[in-house]
Amino acid sequence: MNSELAAAARTGQLPVVAPALPVPVRPLRGPLTDALRRLRRDRAAIAGLLIILLMALLAVGAPLITRQDPIEQTLVNRLKPPSSAHLFGTDNLGRDVFARVLYGGRISLRVGLVAVALGVGLGTLVGLLAGYAGRVADSVISRLMEVLLAFPSTLLAIAIVAARGPGLENTMLAIGIIGVPVYARLTRASVLALKERDYVVAARCTGASGARILFRHILPNSLTPLIVQSTLGVATAIIEAAALGFLGLGAQPPTPEWGLMLTDARNFLLNAPWAMIFPGGAIMLTVLGFNLFGDGLRDALDPQMRP
Amino acid sequence: MVSFILRRLLEAVPVLIGVSIVVFLFLRLIPGDPAIALLGERASEQNVQRLREQMGLNQPLHVQYWRFVRGLAQGDVGRSIRTTRPVMAEAGSRFPATVELTAAALTLALLTGVGAGTLSATWRGSFIDHAARVLSLAGISIPIFWLGLVLIWLFAVQLPWLPPDGRLSAEMRYSPITNFVFVDALLQRRGDLALDALRHVILPALALSTVPMAIIARMTRAALLEVLRADYVRTARAKGLPERAVTLRHAMKNAALPVVTIVGLQVGILLSGAILTETIFSWPGVGRWIFESILNRDFPVVQGMSLVIAVIFVSVNLVVDVLYAALDPRIRVR
Repeated sequence: MNSELAAAARTGQLPVVAPALPVPVRPLRGPLTDALRRLRRDRAAIAGLLIILLMALLAVGAPLITRQDPIEQTLVNRLKPPSSAHLFGTDNLGRDVFARVLYGGRISLRVGLVAVALGVGLGTLVGLLAGYAGRVADSVISRLMEVLLAFPSTLLAIAIVAARGPGLENTMLAIGIIGVPVYARLTRASVLALKERDYVVAARCTGASGARILFRHILPNSLTPLIVQSTLGVATAIIEAAALGFLGLGAQPPTPEWGLMLTDARNFLLNAPWAMIFPGGAIMLTVLGFNLFGDGLRDALDPQMRP
Repeated sequence: MVSFILRRLLEAVPVLIGVSIVVFLFLRLIPGDPAIALLGERASEQNVQRLREQMGLNQPLHVQYWRFVRGLAQGDVGRSIRTTRPVMAEAGSRFPATVELTAAALTLALLTGVGAGTLSATWRGSFIDHAARVLSLAGISIPIFWLGLVLIWLFAVQLPWLPPDGRLSAEMRYSPITNFVFVDALLQRRGDLALDALRHVILPALALSTVPMAIIARMTRAALLEVLRADYVRTARAKGLPERAVTLRHAMKNAALPVVTIVGLQVGILLSGAILTETIFSWPGVGRWIFESILNRDFPVVQGMSLVIAVIFVSVNLVVDVLYAALDPRIRVR
């Protein structure tokens, strides 16, 4: 569509020169309303959102939902199968698996969100710099990002945590860092595409500073892919965090973390499979929620990206 | 084409240098004295000093780095603290195990992924399409370490059909030639050996294949749908070709490009997954070795293997790029 047609479509007025193709006349609507409408109609995305909300609710409301303590050990109750007293059974130390799964949601969601926030924050800054600060900065940053991408993500995360010591803080840091190149590349691509646009050139002509151009004009217009990617990124971050927990490098005992719960349960597969099934199921459900919603967001926000 | 390959090779050089610096710094970034980190808190002052001397830790950083690079050029990535053997020599028996596992997983992922993606695209909007899409979403959402445990519980504990761990049964005796069990079985005409190895590789390969399977299925579906809309597909249909010929001969060939790229990118995912899968299934490969070395603080192994893996990863990406350019001339002009 040429600019005249685009303008005509926006204002609803006919251009001076009659268009060669008929322009579909549609009621005026902002792109956001459009996106929301598409999102509402996407059943998979809504299902994803509902799963996320459910998991968040269960995590936040854990003390209201169960009276069981997620950490307290009752050794006489070891490896009890699911029952009305212990909905998901008990683990090898007699702890209530249901309570641990609920409280575990707090940890996984927090780790996922913090790690992605860290990755997006750093990645966006780095990407803006690479896209806008000139060729030398661009090639240095791009090569640096390629170096980070040259290591398999789990290996890099393990190495970072191994170097800094196990624990939840370092887990978040490690997962945040492995996300940086992904967001940096996305932002850089947007900046490169946007910086020659008319409105950016206009802003520059009016004497706007580099920072103002970047944060006022370029960043807001490159948010779409970032929002989509970070939603999907939360899914990956939750899995990676659980993997580190499972390997004994993430959350430390007796924290009720989903991955760590699997490590304990692994030795009791024969006697207490429930201690393994439920935490893993919780990880999968949460991750599925973020993946479904992220996919839906992508389709809704940018129909052109639709496969 | 030659200039394209040269350019890509040149671009890989700074990345590889960067990788070597990161790997080099890894040991130095560990808080405290690397020698104490390696020997443990209770090591005697003498031993620490000797190791510092041995590792060249008393020299300036750039001298140490130069030593490290010189070693690399000779294929020396360091020695394991635990066994004192060169890391590369130790890797010799473990690499084949990882290659076998990842190759099995990738084969499985390709067969099921391309199959599901093709069915999905040709029956778009049908029940098959929905089922395949749900399956592929589940594939990227399932934590493979959990899937591994579930598979062991189902097929080794509940239904004792397959072995829960290891690469071969303990009673299986054989003298390795190449360390690739399947190759050795072929060379020595040992059907029982191949069967035993196959029984062992099924579960870990299944667990490891889920993420690549899901990604390949999604990519195949998207690429095929794109191509099926193209003019030449309409032409093929218009001239009366049967649908099967249209899909297989005209569409698939052109949809293969993005799929090839995606398959190349799976190498990283497979190597990441191998660390977890090998740990769960006690698979004697590189992934489990790296992880155990981290727990044992055998950092030269971690350092050396990270470097080797990164180099493999960069090389695969390079090959994929070149392949892509060979298949699609438009890529060469950038």
